[in-house]
Amino acid sequence: MRLSNVTCGFLIAAALCAAPGQAADISGAGATFPYPIYAKWADAYKTLTGVGLNYQSIGSGGGIKQIKARTVTFGASDMPLNPAELKTADLVQFPMIIGGVVPVVHVKGVDSGQMILDGATIASIYLGEITMWNDAKIKTLNPKLSLPATAIAPVYRADGSGTNFLFTDFLSKSSAPFKEKVGADKSVQWPVGIGAKGNEGVANMTTQTDGAIGYVEYAYAKQNKMSFVVLMNKEHQAIAPNAQAFQAAAANADWAKADSFYVILTDQPGAASWPITGASFILINREPSDPAAVAGALKFFAWAYKDGGKMAADLDYVPVPPGLAAQVSKTWASSITTQGKPVWSEK
Amino acid sequence: MAIIDQGHAARQLIYEKVFRSATLCAAILVLLILGGVGASLVHGAWPALHRFGTGFVTREIWNPVTQQFGALGPMYGTIVTSLIAMLLAVPTGFGIALFLTELCPPWLKRPIGIAIELLAAVPSIIFGIWGLFVLAPILQSQTQPWLIAHVGAVPVIGSLFRGPPFGIGILTAGVVLAIMVLPFIAATMRDVFDTVPAMLKESGYGLGATTWEVIWHIVVPHSRVGMVGGVMLGLGRALGETMAVTFVIGNAHRISASLLAPGSTIASAIANEFTEADGDLYTSSLIALGLLLFLITFTVIALAQAMLRRLERQSGGRL
Repeated sequence: MRLSNVTCGFLIAAALCAAPGQAADISGAGATFPYPIYAKWADAYKTLTGVGLNYQSIGSGGGIKQIKARTVTFGASDMPLNPAELKTADLVQFPMIIGGVVPVVHVKGVDSGQMILDGATIASIYLGEITMWNDAKIKTLNPKLSLPATAIAPVYRADGSGTNFLFTDFLSKSSAPFKEKVGADKSVQWPVGIGAKGNEGVANMTTQTDGAIGYVEYAYAKQNKMSFVVLMNKEHQAIAPNAQAFQAAAANADWAKADSFYVILTDQPGAASWPITGASFILINREPSDPAAVAGALKFFAWAYKDGGKMAADLDYVPVPPGLAAQVSKTWASSITTQGKPVWSEK
Repeated sequence: MAIIDQGHAARQLIYEKVFRSATLCAAILVLLILGGVGASLVHGAWPALHRFGTGFVTREIWNPVTQQFGALGPMYGTIVTSLIAMLLAVPTGFGIALFLTELCPPWLKRPIGIAIELLAAVPSIIFGIWGLFVLAPILQSQTQPWLIAHVGAVPVIGSLFRGPPFGIGILTAGVVLAIMVLPFIAATMRDVFDTVPAMLKESGYGLGATTWEVIWHIVVPHSRVGMVGGVMLGLGRALGETMAVTFVIGNAHRISASLLAPGSTIASAIANEFTEADGDLYTSSLIALGLLLFLITFTVIALAQAMLRRLERQSGGRL
């Protein structure tokens, strides 16, 4: 035992001596939705470069608070900050990964992908105006389905989340009454329905309640083989949720004109666009107090844009389109600076 | 031995002083921590309390979009779920404790006693998961339809059991809480009943009293204070329980007449929303909820103390 203690001590001493030569781990905090892919990227990046990532998935709100307090190198948020807020907090924001939210149903006699709904109808359901599955509005959208006279049980995410924001934002864009009565945010006051905690809670409530409708992240719906809904998008096309449809929404969004990448990907134009798509964002201080740490983080993000696409697809996320990644890279060079020079730029 | 060693006595005196001040410090620490918690809660809750005033406790609204917050819904949920839990757990716990101390054959005493203690050691998240995956479906498919069909039609009480059976809601949360607090109540009561001197009981039996008379006239009066203590311990846990309730209550900031409808408790609202709460008013409102829970728990304990004192005065020198 004593010998091993001595060996340990020696190893620690050796590690400490070696430390200055190596870059420190990257520290970040925020959104839970992208956590699996950040963890996977971090793992691959560590084997490649020896630089690890310490990411605390404490929620977007916590991430924003921590980056404002400069306790982490980067923050992550599922909901973009508006340009004015970024300016006050002296932050730079860019999209890192894209995903989709999928409405799921549990109605007898309706299989996955059979039911077609549009934003206005879902909004009416969540406002308590449509209460039965055989309602005329649902029948008009689904002339071929035989819909039961079952009461609709709307299920929502009770915890604050980016998923809630994307879903309510889509419903607010589709329905003026919903916008007025409920609005779009990470938590809202739902007039009807049952709240469940997390994707797993919503998925479970929906699966076990006859007549339920809920909404979960795409990866969750896919991995649990839930019965998803086909949605009508902005161009009145019925779209099934999949990676191509999310990518279409991301590609059709007008990123070039948007100030600070403030783009909400719901209800985007394009015949193939899935209407409830969303990007998860990274927040970095405009003039970081530790430029070396931020340079390390940017290097990691650049690598993820370039080589992380396959890993993202494996986990049912959608990588950021290449054109957008190039635009982000330009923003880094112009906006994240120390003493007037870019902290890091791609060579 | 008869001669007292002066040096030894002096040392003992110093030890005594050190020990006394050490325990005093430990005791004061409790007050400091309690005061610190209270002060930081008030400080954090101030923006919300200042903005909404008494409306914070009288309004049933919780809208992060318009930044309007009122705590009536979660307060109602906290109190009602705890009451349901007490209604179910206190008689059951009392029964278990009586059986174990007075009626149980000796060979069964240990297994049941250990089972109760193990039940107390189950982490609350397990109860939550069990409540969601096992209990809720049973309630949804069996119990709640029966309640709606048979009790729902009764006037007055019936309104508590109406609406669609979702499986989760106030009632389910109350049932899960009852199971969670049961071991605390049962174990405390058993320990208290065990302290009743055997001589008193034997005297009772010797005078020809039945088991029931011994229990009712000797065991229960003798252990009244401890019993109330056990109930309060359970109630305290029920009021503050977070994860298990969050899983099964339905998390809606609404007050419904029906116990089958979804609701929320103070602790579940904080657990759900704190991580993603941005904006000072929202965070502050959640901290204000915490302050309310603190006050509710404090009031409950104060009431229990007052009740105990009244009981003691009424019974006079009989105990």
